[in-house]
Amino acid sequence: MPFIFYILALVVVVSALMVVTRPNAVHSVMWLILTFFAVAALFILQGAEYLAAVQVLVYAGGIMVLFLFVIMLVKLEQVEGFVRSRMRLSAAVVLAGLLLVSVGVAFRLAGVVQAVPLPDGGLPGSQAGPVDLSLVSGNLEVVGTKLLTIYLLPFELVSVILLVAVVGAIVLARREA
Amino acid sequence: MNGMMLAPVTSMHYLVLSLILFCIGVVGVLTRRNAIIIMMSIELMLNAATINFVAFNGQIIAAGGHDNHVGQIFALFIIAVAAAEAAIGLAIVIALMRTRDSLNVDEIDLMKG
Repeated sequence: MPFIFYILALVVVVSALMVVTRPNAVHSVMWLILTFFAVAALFILQGAEYLAAVQVLVYAGGIMVLFLFVIMLVKLEQVEGFVRSRMRLSAAVVLAGLLLVSVGVAFRLAGVVQAVPLPDGGLPGSQAGPVDLSLVSGNLEVVGTKLLTIYLLPFELVSVILLVAVVGAIVLARREA
Repeated sequence: MNGMMLAPVTSMHYLVLSLILFCIGVVGVLTRRNAIIIMMSIELMLNAATINFVAFNGQIIAAGGHDNHVGQIFALFIIAVAAAEAAIGLAIVIALMRTRDSLNVDEIDLMKG
């Protein structure tokens, strides 16, 4: 059912555009949450359920609440809207368009991207043939096991990064006595 | 629905979506002057990178590597680093608000960048 992908992709693109164009930062946060949920749904479509759960918990749950807290802490009157300067806007759009076109051309020319059909959300029962449930339901188990065995060192290093970030954030935001 | 049969979704679809998302993030960083919204645009770009990793991982799995989840694990690390980045960035925002009383990145030019 490819149309599920197209609907989700539309939600991602439209809500991302809303994030960038809304004058009110709180509205931007709300649209960003919708973007993250749609991206999480795309992960589920591809069978990456664990990543989708982490995306919702960490991004939509944690980081966005952090953003909202900070927006509430600072004075919202200071938050200005979309840029008024037409030259800057057109320069940005031209630059991003150039990036879009050049990377798109690179996709076509490089040939490293094979257009491999991916799972696109067809319900297991709707496909021809019986579905092996042990293959369908194992993403969390497989990724979790790998994270704590093969990728144990990077995993622990991430915890150090998070610790440093938390300490650094406290040092930066602390009121000087 | 017969006339609406769509081509199957491939990794290319995901890459193009991620490219569009990244470009929207670039436009946000270049046009908005509010530090918080610039950080949100950066989150958009990080998410585009995550989509790419998962799509390429799907390509590996579709090519037969059923036991290969390195893309998804790398995407997890991206999310963790994004969380650290958000914590530091928002702490900087609070410090800016305290010392300069402004979040406009055009006015924050002490380092002449």
